[in-house]
Amino acid sequence: MKLLVYYLIFPGFVFASIIGLLSTWFDRKVSARIQWRQGPPWYQGFADIGKLLYKEVIVPKEANRSGFVLAPLFGLAAVTLAVTILGVNTRASFVGDMIVVWYLFAIPAIALIYVGSASGNPLSSVGVSREIKLFLSYDLPMVILIVMVFMKVGGFSIQAITEWQQINGPIIKHWYGVIGFIIAIFCIQAKLGRVPFDLPEAETELGSGILMELSGAVLAVYELTKAIALFGLPFFLIILFWGGISSGIGIIWAILKYLLILVLLILIKNTNPRVRIDQAMKYFWGWMTGGAIIAGILAYMGV
Amino acid sequence: MKRTIVPIGPYHPLLEEPEHFKLYVEGERVVDVDVEIGYNHRGIEKLAEGKTWDQVPFLVERICGICSTSHPLAYCLAVEDLVDCKVPERAALIRVVIAELERIHSHLLWVGLAGHFIGYNTVWMWAWKYREAILEICEKLTGNRNHYAMIKPGGVRRDLNDEQIEYALKRIGELAAPTNMLIGAVSDDPVMGKRLRGVGVLPYEDAVLYSALGPTSRGSGVPWDTRKDESLAGYKDLDWKVIVQQDGDVFAKAVVRLLECLESVSLIGQALTRMEEGPIDAEITEVPPGEGCGRYEAPRGEVFHYVRSDGSNMPYRVKVRAPTFNNLPTFKVSCKGETIADVALITASIDPCYCCTERVGVVDRNGNEKTLREKALVRLSVEKTKEIIKKMGRIPTLYEKGI
Repeated sequence: MKLLVYYLIFPGFVFASIIGLLSTWFDRKVSARIQWRQGPPWYQGFADIGKLLYKEVIVPKEANRSGFVLAPLFGLAAVTLAVTILGVNTRASFVGDMIVVWYLFAIPAIALIYVGSASGNPLSSVGVSREIKLFLSYDLPMVILIVMVFMKVGGFSIQAITEWQQINGPIIKHWYGVIGFIIAIFCIQAKLGRVPFDLPEAETELGSGILMELSGAVLAVYELTKAIALFGLPFFLIILFWGGISSGIGIIWAILKYLLILVLLILIKNTNPRVRIDQAMKYFWGWMTGGAIIAGILAYMGV
Repeated sequence: MKRTIVPIGPYHPLLEEPEHFKLYVEGERVVDVDVEIGYNHRGIEKLAEGKTWDQVPFLVERICGICSTSHPLAYCLAVEDLVDCKVPERAALIRVVIAELERIHSHLLWVGLAGHFIGYNTVWMWAWKYREAILEICEKLTGNRNHYAMIKPGGVRRDLNDEQIEYALKRIGELAAPTNMLIGAVSDDPVMGKRLRGVGVLPYEDAVLYSALGPTSRGSGVPWDTRKDESLAGYKDLDWKVIVQQDGDVFAKAVVRLLECLESVSLIGQALTRMEEGPIDAEITEVPPGEGCGRYEAPRGEVFHYVRSDGSNMPYRVKVRAPTFNNLPTFKVSCKGETIADVALITASIDPCYCCTERVGVVDRNGNEKTLREKALVRLSVEKTKEIIKKMGRIPTLYEKGI
């Protein structure tokens, strides 16, 4: 029962959606100010979801109806679970595992691949192939980084990582932590599907590509998933590299850290053009993986 | 590998206007392109035959919202060629000012759109912010932010007073710095360079063969510029050069456009300072029978107008050829072997203006296509009218025709 409350209310679905949607507003507002525009009011994210919810859901002829509608829901359930694990673990002794959390965050991408290929649209199928390639590219450096943290800490669980950092200071204080953090920021940017890695959607190339056939409530679920991921993934980074979340004054620190990561993500989004998929793969498998391996070696040497 | 057809258009977020590109794709790689035009025919040439010589500039101005000075200018040059009159110097300089303002605003618009097409919305918004200054100058000089209605056969419609000239000189001087910043932003950004350099190369030979025009050809090293080649009145005494880049890729075209902006800034400055008091209109009173051609370098390339007169107060025929008509087929060369991601950018790189290009194409049920010419169109319309009269027993009213 308690777990259900965690999952549905705090820090799960309701709380994460609200913060996530506010974060999307923050994202849009800051982007707008960078671009000399006015930007939307704070409730824009909620209004968008509300509008989409009462629009008609159109399922393409070729698609399997239940699968087409349910797949995005699986994605939403997965990210909510991931956020719950991240949030609860700092206050209760729940055995959470960073690898599990990272792959829970992967489920929306897989759901999207399913939906995109089910829709039978040529532009969607190009988007699907890009999503798969992108997923494979950013996953490798990120997993290396998680292994690096494991090497240092000796455990995958959030509890272990937080405790180790409370004793030895946050990982980001060391050089390997800084390198790892920068690489992880780019991986998260790609995972969230934001410019410069918004290839699967690529509005001006594919006309929303992989999302093309999504409509109404299904699209709303997808948007909500993305908003919750925008809330969850930065906290994933904070726990992994930046000392985690402690109670009391720590909450304020956590919020400040979250905002800083969010601003970094927004700046990357607004100062880069979209890369091509081959460039993205080269980038992640070359520079980023190389950097992650170097960080790992540095961590092993203890620099 | 299996070939699939990825359609871009006729309605697509990339295109502001309806146009259909069929990309034959193997994986992400484009192996061939088909361009289909003909979605937006507006019958401007026919309409022009029903307007007086002085009214036509207002009509051809509306061929394109962006080249809204180039088209009337080319038309007026054609009429002046027909009646063989010389435009007063002040009028020629005012034409230079307005036309070059238009060039800057068109190029900045393109830079913004190109940024948007590669997902770089910050460049889009910033370029359009600086473009706003141009629109304000235009409003101050002509009363309109767009569709300036300044050009008329024989001269210009309105004179500029000292206050306007001073204002324009001040504002135009402020524009060089942001343009240089944009040039820096495009050429120094490594990610931007990766997206633009070596993409969609149009070699020199192909640019000549397809007779590409404007920045599309100048980006491939072909130094064609009607303003220079024709030594147009107004331009020939000013100090400026034709911008040429050798690489032929999207990056070269972007650089050509941005450097042309700087060149235009200097042209406007020179024209405004050189301006001396004098008449602004050669006052054409009569158009004798005959024909004339007008060529002018629009922001997208050479725009060509042909007029024929039978001695009445209306043109007998007006023919328009917009630059995009020549530039579209170059996709056959520049898109081959590129990825879908780049095709979006390459199609944008010629700064296409589809409505200006449209001609009528007819496809019958078996898929045979042909393009209709004037005579065939007239014949078709006569036949249709006869058919309707036969069916109804009388001439239909405008309402019944659905007009």
